[in-house]
Amino acid sequence: MATSKVGKVLFGPIIDNNPIALQILGICSALAVTTSMTVSLVMSLAVIAVLACSNVAVSAIRHYIPGSIRIIVQMVVIASLVIVVDQVLKAFLYDISKQLSVFVGLIITNCIVMGRAEGFAMKNGVFMSFLDGLGNGLGYAAVLMFVAFFRELFGTGSLFGVTIMEMTRDGGWYNPNNMMLLPPSAFFLIGFLIWALRAYKPEQIEEA
Amino acid sequence: MFQYGLEHYAGIFVRSVFIENLALAYFLGMCTFLAISKNVKTALQLGVAVVVILTITVPANNLIYTLLLKKGALGWMGSGFAEVDLEFLSFISYIGVIAAMVQILEMTLDRFFPPLYNALGIFLPLITVNCAILGAALFMTQREYDLVESTVFGFGCGVGWALAIAALAGIREKMKYSDVPPPLRGLGITFITVGLMALAFMSFGGIQL
Repeated sequence: MATSKVGKVLFGPIIDNNPIALQILGICSALAVTTSMTVSLVMSLAVIAVLACSNVAVSAIRHYIPGSIRIIVQMVVIASLVIVVDQVLKAFLYDISKQLSVFVGLIITNCIVMGRAEGFAMKNGVFMSFLDGLGNGLGYAAVLMFVAFFRELFGTGSLFGVTIMEMTRDGGWYNPNNMMLLPPSAFFLIGFLIWALRAYKPEQIEEA
Repeated sequence: MFQYGLEHYAGIFVRSVFIENLALAYFLGMCTFLAISKNVKTALQLGVAVVVILTITVPANNLIYTLLLKKGALGWMGSGFAEVDLEFLSFISYIGVIAAMVQILEMTLDRFFPPLYNALGIFLPLITVNCAILGAALFMTQREYDLVESTVFGFGCGVGWALAIAALAGIREKMKYSDVPPPLRGLGITFITVGLMALAFMSFGGIQL
């Protein structure tokens, strides 16, 4: 196994083959939880954990899964992992798990997890599947953190809850842009991100 | 069974269709939303399928939750079960119910309404992994709706989602004639369009029944 292949599987999904920007997978949760960086970070970690573990589990049992019921088997594996993550969050990070509300549960139907289990883990070995899960999770996390950075900075003038720009309502100079905290801004930011990414890498442009 | 007046249910309906539109306010079901909105006809068919599935699965999940999973719900099995709390099993049971319902609906349609079955075709199995369905079930649990409320809520969510996807498909059909900068073509411009639609839907925010 060449080092270059490991690198490609691990780092490819971050820019070259980003699950959100190029494969249109797993957008739902990416948009809803990105009003603060702390919450996005926890969400990213949860997705990375589920993705890596489910890839490993599916890959390890791939020779024993009958083809006709493989979707259900994958679903059960993923759902069990999500329950574990949900219980861990509730036990140790109760406030953040309240803010994430239903979106932890929605990791089950996050198409990235299903897509990677079906598309990669069913055909590859355990170690490569683990790296693939990690890589795609990191790609997802990168987009999430990018969107959350702008939304939190311009929406509330802070990053990770630490004030960067003093807001006018607390006697500072920055007048916050409330639209950043509302749903539409997330769509615009991802739209612009895709624009920037494709201007930088023209081979990703779609034939329309 | 009907604990509240009609306006309470109408309020839930309006809220789930316009104010808390699953697609535009909670970003649920985005993958299918963006992938299958290239023309109005298919978008409408998918929308109808989502309405049907949501109207069936949300009340079904409500029954499962109140009769089996909720804390103390197993009390009818004897006093030993009165304290059992199976709420942590909700994710896995909901997704099971959804997958089973989709399967049953597919078989029923195939047997009794072949034209509708052929029209919906591949979309039915696809709906199992649509986050809007699971999302609606989870919101139902979180807001503690009863059986009638959750039926209304499920139907409203479906209608709202269908409305949003049909509208987006209409816009994208017209967009074929516009000159979009190449890097923005396809996914990029679709995101920005959806953002503008979400802005428009926010103007419903003040409605209260």
